Amino acid sequence: MENQYAIEMLHITKKFPGIIANDDVTIQLKKGEIHALLGENGAGKSTLMSVLFGLYQAEEGIIKKDGKEVQIKNPNDANALGIGMVHQHFKLVECFTVLDNIIMGVEPNKFGFLQKKEAREKVVALSEKYGLHIDPDAYIEDITVGMQQRTEILKMLYRENEILIFDEPTAVLTPQEIEELMQIMKNLAAEGKSILFISHKLNEIKAVADRCSVLRKGKYVGTVDTKDATIEELSAMMVGHNVNLHVQKEESTPGDVVLDIENMTVASKMHKNNAVKNVSLKVHRGEVVCIAGIDGNGQTEFVYGLTGLEPLVSGKITLCGEDITKASIRQRLLSGMSHIPEDRHKHGLVLDYPLDYNCVLQRYFEPEFTNKFGFLRKDNIRKYAEKLIEQYDVRSGQGSVTIARSMSGGNQQKAIVAREIDKNPELLIAVQPTRGLDVGAIEYIHKQIVAQRDAGKAYFLFPLNLKKLWTFPTVSSLCMKAKSSVNLTPKPQLKTSLVFIWPAQREMR
Amino acid sequence: MMKKILKNEAFQSLFASLLCIILGVAVGYVVLLFINPTGAGEAIMEVLKNFMHYSKTNLQLKNLGGTLVKTAPLIMCSLSILFAYKVGLFNIGAAGQYCVGICASLYCALSLGMGWVPCMIIATVCGALYGAIVGLLKSYCNVNEVISGIMLNWIALYSTNMILTPVKEITSPYTFHLASDAPKAILPTMGLDKLFAGNEKVTIALPLSILIAVLVLIVLEKTKFGYELKATGFNKNAAKYCGMAEKRNIIVTLMISGGIAALGASFLYLTDFEQWSCTSSAVPAMGFNGIAAAFLGGLNPIGTIFSSYFIQHITNGGAFVDKTMYCSQISDLISAIIIYLCGFVFFIKYAMNYLIDKNEEKQALKAKALAEANTQEGGDK
Repeated sequence: MENQYAIEMLHITKKFPGIIANDDVTIQLKKGEIHALLGENGAGKSTLMSVLFGLYQAEEGIIKKDGKEVQIKNPNDANALGIGMVHQHFKLVECFTVLDNIIMGVEPNKFGFLQKKEAREKVVALSEKYGLHIDPDAYIEDITVGMQQRTEILKMLYRENEILIFDEPTAVLTPQEIEELMQIMKNLAAEGKSILFISHKLNEIKAVADRCSVLRKGKYVGTVDTKDATIEELSAMMVGHNVNLHVQKEESTPGDVVLDIENMTVASKMHKNNAVKNVSLKVHRGEVVCIAGIDGNGQTEFVYGLTGLEPLVSGKITLCGEDITKASIRQRLLSGMSHIPEDRHKHGLVLDYPLDYNCVLQRYFEPEFTNKFGFLRKDNIRKYAEKLIEQYDVRSGQGSVTIARSMSGGNQQKAIVAREIDKNPELLIAVQPTRGLDVGAIEYIHKQIVAQRDAGKAYFLFPLNLKKLWTFPTVSSLCMKAKSSVNLTPKPQLKTSLVFIWPAQREMR
Repeated sequence: MMKKILKNEAFQSLFASLLCIILGVAVGYVVLLFINPTGAGEAIMEVLKNFMHYSKTNLQLKNLGGTLVKTAPLIMCSLSILFAYKVGLFNIGAAGQYCVGICASLYCALSLGMGWVPCMIIATVCGALYGAIVGLLKSYCNVNEVISGIMLNWIALYSTNMILTPVKEITSPYTFHLASDAPKAILPTMGLDKLFAGNEKVTIALPLSILIAVLVLIVLEKTKFGYELKATGFNKNAAKYCGMAEKRNIIVTLMISGGIAALGASFLYLTDFEQWSCTSSAVPAMGFNGIAAAFLGGLNPIGTIFSSYFIQHITNGGAFVDKTMYCSQISDLISAIIIYLCGFVFFIKYAMNYLIDKNEEKQALKAKALAEANTQEGGDK
């Protein structure tokens, strides 16, 4: 019997210090099929693909191509086996043309002189065959993100790859580009290419994939035929329990307005468009407002604009009746804002400072910690740090004098959360506050957040995954739906109801 | 126990510094061997002996004094580099700020006839302002401090040549002697000259520079100001996140750094130990040697006192090398080699930690294998 699988990854286990990224995962990719790999953030999808592409070595398990076991030690091995990958972040040279980028690394030459003519013919032929409509002489920096992605696809086709991996290809595309990409993928499959499609967008998987394998927390959950599975079944497989997508409205008793954002627009650092466009919303006392969306839809810039890390292009922010649009970061922090940052290493901690210094990072200038001559009161700093360590169970090698860099990620996060909640803020902006924490700590922090809310504080929560949303009863959540890849569009009519429209935007309407 | 000592930060710094010195001397010896094998051993000993070259105590002390006079400005330059480095900046412009310090102190002394106190203060202020240029460019225009620093070094050099030309001797490119033309600008000795056999160049500059080293240590380790500056240096983003004025911190740091370097210049030139040559075509090496001294001192303000002395000791010692066997530049060459290798402190520290970790890993593996073997045996029984 002829082998029907193009690639098989059998019982793959990949461990990182402190975490098992892939635990006995098996996926089998049939020839000419589009096989989706579904899972939440951090489920181990990217690790698995990195193993297949030779970026990581698995501790256990084998990879078979056409039924024969193969060793993939680096991306060159993967290329030699006909495995190509479109990365989430494109690997293109901006100031080169499309053609230059495609032939890069495999330049056709005679005695060292480039033979671009043949290459161009081949590229144009491929482009026509799969309906890619690409201009080989355009410069990468001048073409749209969708076109850049097609360049990446052409790169794989030019190298005659048979197995194509798409790592969350739709995250950066506009809806129309997504439609076109779906069509291109179908064309490729029809021509006999096998496609692995990584995504957490259920409607896309439903639309394009033949089969779907689901990962959850590094474990393999199962493989289903997409045409037999409903969106609800898939999302239950992904999240781990039955997800009630229709939650009743909860009564909430919002108090005064704590934060008022009017028409906030924030520029993006990644591209020329604005990342946040004209967003207006209000946060009341005793309210937890969640902003959910897929990475790269403007949440990061939203927080930067709100906390003052990036200046606003336009708009107005009012905190507790005070206009803080132009206020410095220090002023914002002093007027009752607290911020658990998304990136704890970049913003949250000074890694080379000991833990006690990190605990007073925003309060070191208070009389409690600095005397009137400008000398630090180290005793008080240590005492305060020890109080936080005790209260929040922050574990470290040498207590308060441990250098933050040597602590585990979870404990670093706990220290930040402790510091921010202990400031007793009027408004806490928490971006993925439970990232990297164990279950006990997560529960403790959630309790703290609810307790703070009951005490009349306002919260902004940016959850790591959708499961977190259901952890908070009686929150009013505001959902941002990504209309296009760069827009944050508020849906005010959904306020104070717990409706989550992402993973299945269209179907749920 | 042994491991604890080996992993101790202070021990590592000291060990690495000493190893660098030994390496430097060894390489210097090899170079001498290549040039002229017969005198190599003697020559390297002369470099290390420095003032011990003389047999009379009196002469020894006088020469030691000479080394100490030049140690004071080197301490200041290395403190300047160190201070900026703790805030994450590489102030290679210290050499230019030092030059500005020379210019200001000599001009105030010779042309304006000021006393030593105002001379020193004005020199410090000028150096600070010159450092502020680098800081402003860095924080508001995002110009790398190394690039602007190097360019400003040249501007400082030629400006100094130009400004000091009116106060130079007619027959030579050198500025007037302070002793004859501006005696009140000379730093007081406070009786220190008595300790060094009447070497009048040994002034309060040395104790002052040690005092400033202690001050720098206190500011960096004990104060709110130092806390902010170091946080900015370790992680600029975190400093911004918690509301520190990271731009202001960068400017203030470079001002302090420039001020220290310029004050160091006045410590040397207000002793009348050296005159400025108005045809100089390079900034004094003092500012650059400060980099080596700062690293050799393990980036500790107190450490720099000793490392600065050592570097100056080597540099002066070079003068005693037998000129009949080696050309006169050999002294500079040997001290340059040693100073160069002094920069390897961090590499050595890294290598040390790597070796320790590897060793530990090996032992852990061994222990694990042993434990496994034991349990298996246990199972068999």
